[in-house]
Amino acid sequence: MSAILNDELKHKLINDETKKVLIAPLVNDNPITLQVLGICSALAVTSQMTTSLIMALALTLVTAFSSAAISAIRNHIPSSIRIIVQMTIIASLVIVVDQVLKAVAYDVSKSLSVFVGLIITNCIVMGRAEGYAMKNPPIESFMDGIGNGAGYSLILIIVAFFRETLGSGKLLGFEVFKLTKDGGWYDPNGLMLLPPSAFFIIGLIIWSVRQWKPEQREKIDFKILDIAHGEGGHH
Amino acid sequence: MEAYISLFVKAVFIENLALSFFLGMCTFIAVSKKISTAMGLGVAVMVVQSITVPANNFVYHALLQEDALSWMGIKGVDLSFLALLSCIGMIAALVQILEMVLDKFFPALYFALGIFLPLITVNCAILGGSLFMIERDYNFGESVTYGVGSGLGWALAITVMAGVREKLKYSDIPAGLQGLGITFITAGLMSLGFMAFSGIQL
Repeated sequence: MSAILNDELKHKLINDETKKVLIAPLVNDNPITLQVLGICSALAVTSQMTTSLIMALALTLVTAFSSAAISAIRNHIPSSIRIIVQMTIIASLVIVVDQVLKAVAYDVSKSLSVFVGLIITNCIVMGRAEGYAMKNPPIESFMDGIGNGAGYSLILIIVAFFRETLGSGKLLGFEVFKLTKDGGWYDPNGLMLLPPSAFFIIGLIIWSVRQWKPEQREKIDFKILDIAHGEGGHH
Repeated sequence: MEAYISLFVKAVFIENLALSFFLGMCTFIAVSKKISTAMGLGVAVMVVQSITVPANNFVYHALLQEDALSWMGIKGVDLSFLALLSCIGMIAALVQILEMVLDKFFPALYFALGIFLPLITVNCAILGGSLFMIERDYNFGESVTYGVGSGLGWALAITVMAGVREKLKYSDIPAGLQGLGITFITAGLMSLGFMAFSGIQL
């Protein structure tokens, strides 16, 4: 009897765990806005929606499969050389992704330039390998990889949406706003295609998320005293 | 000579790894709270970058490039798809060796830079530098210049960022924007500043 109960409990636990690792990274534990991981590529590839989608897909696949592979051999990796072992697994997966992209979508692979290769040093992949896959079984690690990849993808898609529509009046290459140079009304905001806008948009996303979920706010080092109105701040 | 100088200036300012290619952002954001630590990390990145870019350049041209193995009598072999693996292996190994050498011969320097060295293996600025070197097909001399220049540019950016953030913590920022949010906006403004260099033709 207790064995059945145990099994049921286990089953439920696994389901809860899977759900947790899939959902939590979307907002509550987002790799970019909260854990501050993997920002480099999030900023660099987002001037177009197509490149962002491909990058998001590539990163999600690499994270999921590397987590699963590392987790499968986690009990056989000596801890002193684990970083090298993880690196090798990740790098091999990235080479596969890179070669597939070059074969299937050469233009996109050209415009992503070095950023596909940089998935190797993307902190999300390493972070999940080190922080989750080394302690958990393969299937959960795989799901955790998918979840974190999805959290990363979500931010990428939001940033790319604003940058491409406001910057060139297009989305996925299709016209959304008719540009003034084609006789339309929209004057594209060139800044959106340039690097600084990516910083601004991510900054604003972080601001809105923290306005929505105050528990994500950081501890403040210095509190500003409201001297003009007395220390209590009666207003 | 002139070509090298212009490549150097380009690597430091116009194509700044941190602010126009967003490389090494994780450490750029995480370790830029104090000027002294930021500078330490900056110097460490510069040193590692100056060693790894030329080293990877050598390995790529001697072993991986198409027909590079012809000196061994092997023709028609193109191993360039292994560049990613060899670059990251090279970086990890060199950082490890550098750590041991510093520990043995320059203990003072080891205490100053030692804590940053493990961070550097997974810093995308380092791997990115090597990958850009391969993509742009630099020769050995250019790769030395590019390594030093891009490392210096990154060090400069993180030190300036730390300077701004040290002052920023006394300012009155909306609660949700404090910390990470304002750091991103600041980095964006700095990136705007660095874009002023982009009009310079060399």
